[in-house]
Amino acid sequence: MSAQRFDTVLGLQQRRSPLAVIIKIAVYTLMVLVFAGPLIGLLIGAFSHVVDPTKFSLVPEGGFTFANFGRAGERRIWNYLFNSFVVVGFGLALQMLVSVFAAYSLARKRMRGASILMLLILATMMLPEEVIAVPLSVVLADVPPFGIVDPGMRVNLTNSYLGMILPVGAWGFSILVMTEFMKEVPIELEEAAKIDGAGDLRTFFFVILPLCRPALGVIGVFGFTMIWDQYLLPLIVAVDYTHWTLPLALRSLRGDEEVGIGVLLAGTILAVLPSILVFLAFQRQFVRGLTSGAIKG
Amino acid sequence: MPRRRFSAVPWFFLAPALILLLYFKFIPMAQGLKMSFYKVRYSGDVWVGWENYATVLTSEAFTSAIWHTVILAAGITAGSIVIGLVLALLVEGQARHLWFIRTAAFLPVVTTVAVVAEVWRIMYYPAEDGPLNSIFGWFGIGPQPFLANENSSLMSVMAMGIWKGAPYDMMIFLAGLAGVDRNLYEQAAVDGANVWKRFTQITMPALRPVFFIIFILAAIRGLRIFTEVFLATNGAPNGSTEVLMTLIYKLGFQQGELGVAAAGSIVLFAATVVLTVGVQLLRRKERDT
Repeated sequence: MSAQRFDTVLGLQQRRSPLAVIIKIAVYTLMVLVFAGPLIGLLIGAFSHVVDPTKFSLVPEGGFTFANFGRAGERRIWNYLFNSFVVVGFGLALQMLVSVFAAYSLARKRMRGASILMLLILATMMLPEEVIAVPLSVVLADVPPFGIVDPGMRVNLTNSYLGMILPVGAWGFSILVMTEFMKEVPIELEEAAKIDGAGDLRTFFFVILPLCRPALGVIGVFGFTMIWDQYLLPLIVAVDYTHWTLPLALRSLRGDEEVGIGVLLAGTILAVLPSILVFLAFQRQFVRGLTSGAIKG
Repeated sequence: MPRRRFSAVPWFFLAPALILLLYFKFIPMAQGLKMSFYKVRYSGDVWVGWENYATVLTSEAFTSAIWHTVILAAGITAGSIVIGLVLALLVEGQARHLWFIRTAAFLPVVTTVAVVAEVWRIMYYPAEDGPLNSIFGWFGIGPQPFLANENSSLMSVMAMGIWKGAPYDMMIFLAGLAGVDRNLYEQAAVDGANVWKRFTQITMPALRPVFFIIFILAAIRGLRIFTEVFLATNGAPNGSTEVLMTLIYKLGFQQGELGVAAAGSIVLFAATVVLTVGVQLLRRKERDT
């Protein structure tokens, strides 16, 4: 009896009968079709002649074409993609830098009130960004205290890249993940570097950070997805199309006199590809972050 | 080790995070709280006390939006948990093909929300030969209006939310399942417990903490839902899919009712806090008994 093996949690035995195999294949195929099917359809559709939505399917009619992208290009899609990359590039760099700096301080707890600060940062994680959207737009249009001190010095971040970059700069999740990780870095290493005459910044960048690579991977992947996925923030910041990010611009691409919804499909595939590629490339970090964040938090 | 005396260094490292959080979280939060008690006008704000909150809690637009939000949040949460658990049980294991299926099923989670909405607007195209209706046709189901009809629009948005939410829950359930002690199953098998018994008496109790976490995450995600609805229907047809956030957006950014919009936001925030704290208390109580 003890020779029984348990490959699945339900303790089901692997069945090899043809019927069981067929049912299994059918269930798995259905799963892949339901969850990945629409996205595969999107990929196929972006490169085919899909003039109206009824032609959108996994089996395209007509041949392979780049016409949708050509038309989308005329409608400034590459500018939107560029804007998205500017925001995600600078936003992620800022977010990671801010997180590792803050985490270093919090993990070492070398000042008074570190635990209260940690609590404050955790509190921001419970605050849905939707809740502060309306007042945030007011704050962004007139950043205090400049406009209050002197109306001529008013700082308005509406319609600027900075307005989309700065608000994602500090993210509780990244700070938390980084802090937890840095607590494990032995303090002796740091002291040894100090004795060798390295300054605080030098120690940080050349001794501490290289040891944090696994955690950097997690916050990098999650930060990228988080910033790329932003919709409400660009919606309130980028008032006119010059600063639209790609997800924000999709709405304006819903129809086209030449290629119909083809232009929308071209836009959506470009909007979704970066986050899917990042996920596929860094799957391990992704799953680790997802489960650690969810189970611990 | 001697305790270090006060040093500016840790504050230097912490300053960027604190300044950014102050400007883009705490000041807006305080500003929102203040605005919720004012009638916000260019000519100067006028104190109105609780009037904005009264509007939020009694006006027909808000009460129906709150109702839709609760239905959506409950439906998406329950649907995602049930389907996510079934998916997790189906793809749990070490085999290589299972890894492929897990990855494929997980794609909706990393799909940009705006893309989810646009893809499903196309899938839901209400004509007889629209993508989803063609598939329904193979099974002899007549064409559905989906988002275009007020009787089916909310359900359609819900299905869209479950499509994105279930794989996420699946992944967290998988992590929870990995922690279940396999020896318990051998024991149970020796005792002659069948699959259903093993599921209800070993798997489910082991997953209990995971359930709480998934429930909180999914419920809050549901309450704050905005982008999917904004892009798929923006409340149409006839207000049947209007949720709290789309209504707040309209009031705040299109009708200039910033005070009422701020009050609505604070109500949403209060709901998420009550939910989180409530579930935490329940969890603690359960752990103690």
